[in-house]
Amino acid sequence: MQMRGDLLNVSDLRVVFYTYRGVIKALNGVELWMNKGEKLGIVGETGCGKSVTSRAVMRLIEEPGKILDGKVIFENKDIIKMKESQVQQIRGNEISMIFQEPKSSLNPVLNVGFQIAEVLAKQNGTKIKKQMKAAAEMLELVGLDADRVMTMYPHELSGGMAQRVMIAMGLAPKPKLLIADEPTSALDVTIQAQILKLLHDLTDTMGNAVMIITHDMGVVAEFCDKILVMYAGNSAEYASTEILFKRPLHPYTSGLLKAVPQIGRTDELKAISGTVPDLVSPPEGCRFHKRCAKVMDICKKERPRFIEVEPEHFVACHLYSDKGVN
Amino acid sequence: MMKPYFEDWKHTMYLWRKNKLAIAGTIIIVFFILTAIFAPLLTSYEPDVQNLSIKLQAPSWEHPFGTDQFGRDILCRILYGSRIAIQIVLIITLVSGFIGVSVGIIAGYFGGVVDEILMRITDMFLAFPSLILAMAFAAMLGPNLINMIIAISFVNWTPYARISRAEALRIKGQPYIESIRSMGAGHLRIMFSHVLPMTLSPVMVQLTLRMGTIIITAASLGFLGLGAQPPSPEWGVMVSDGRSYLIDQWWVSTFPGIAIALVVLGFNLLGDGVRDMLDPRLRR
Repeated sequence: MQMRGDLLNVSDLRVVFYTYRGVIKALNGVELWMNKGEKLGIVGETGCGKSVTSRAVMRLIEEPGKILDGKVIFENKDIIKMKESQVQQIRGNEISMIFQEPKSSLNPVLNVGFQIAEVLAKQNGTKIKKQMKAAAEMLELVGLDADRVMTMYPHELSGGMAQRVMIAMGLAPKPKLLIADEPTSALDVTIQAQILKLLHDLTDTMGNAVMIITHDMGVVAEFCDKILVMYAGNSAEYASTEILFKRPLHPYTSGLLKAVPQIGRTDELKAISGTVPDLVSPPEGCRFHKRCAKVMDICKKERPRFIEVEPEHFVACHLYSDKGVN
Repeated sequence: MMKPYFEDWKHTMYLWRKNKLAIAGTIIIVFFILTAIFAPLLTSYEPDVQNLSIKLQAPSWEHPFGTDQFGRDILCRILYGSRIAIQIVLIITLVSGFIGVSVGIIAGYFGGVVDEILMRITDMFLAFPSLILAMAFAAMLGPNLINMIIAISFVNWTPYARISRAEALRIKGQPYIESIRSMGAGHLRIMFSHVLPMTLSPVMVQLTLRMGTIIITAASLGFLGLGAQPPSPEWGVMVSDGRSYLIDQWWVSTFPGIAIALVVLGFNLLGDGVRDMLDPRLRR
């Protein structure tokens, strides 16, 4: 396998969920990679597998889900092949995660200081009480009044404060990669901007990579160096933020961008017709072909490969398969 | 969202004061515990010393509850019997609570095959009436106090297992469990420091409510000769001792019977009160 990133390389990741309705093929060979200190945005519609991808990277897929196949190489070690105890060493220490619903992601009966200290204590193998000072420092770092917030319980926090606490918790062990699963979706717009700026500045100073998952194109445009567009469990397009917004190649990406309102834009917003396919019985060939304006015969039969059509710009679409470099 | 009970002590006390039956239950149980602690100070007799010259005397100032067929003071025996009762209740509650909560949390947390196996075992225990099963265990182990405690502990854990399993299942699905897993916590840490504390309040209600049942079961086994043995002043044994004198010397069986009824009532009232106090809908 080709190592395209020096921190994380995910290739051919397949995840299924066994349900009463049938087998949901949630991820169908996802490819992505990240360099150290890079900010990657994963975008796509609801149900396209963004969150599943992030959980699979940390091997947090629970019953009835299963990782069928694929590699998640994190710093030359394959997380999929590790023992559970080894993965636990990576979770929190090397890769940590913050979630969409900050208030319900904190234990309601433990105070904030304790919860941050617990994470640090686990990493350093010390008593929780000894980490209280470090926990307070983390809270100051995310712009909270540590004296007050340390002893508060999650229900006493506002949504924005809770997300700051989550960020403190996620960054406290100084991970190499922070995964943020829709960190601003549950917050109102003014707080969203604050939280994103905080996340951006903190990760810049700490130098860790961030994988941010969102369906908000505005968030990725501001925040990310690179963008991965996902569709129905596949990687559709990958490029740097600038290139992707300027020259989207995949019909789905250009559809997404046309659907985003912008100040000064006068043309009509265009929605992509149709809905996300049912992943129990996804369409043959390219999973996007039923909604694609530029559909060709081959799209209905063959699954497009994820190839580099121009330097650092990867697309999975038959329109470009002859331009492929590899 | 509720605050932990310990931190919210004032509000708990307020709810307790509002609940008259809970106060009554608390008074009965506190009285019961105090008699157990101070039994030797409350009576000048010895529970096991026989004095046949004063056998089967009716209640009087000297012997407020009368004497039994060996001339032992019944009040004195009831006071000492409360020590045995409290021992039985505490040990059985701890042991069966421990078994039940462990089984329930493991089943609920891991789910799948583990859950199936543990819950089918629980169902097997539930399929028999608990008194019959306790009798069978006690008879198998040999009748004495320790074996009776073991026998009752073995049949008494099932409700705790079911409740803590249901709670563990609910808590396992909460986002903060996934969050703590993403921070690298192992199964043991999640079960003990994040799932267990959350299951405790419904289990605590059951534990108090079932203390009454435990006393009844223990007394029943004692009565049937499968528990504590004479001359132990265990209440069930005392009721059993008096049953051949029930018509003419009613006090021999009646007073220990009243003691059992009173303590069971106390535990039930207290249990109901605890349930109301811990009910999040009644809290703020």
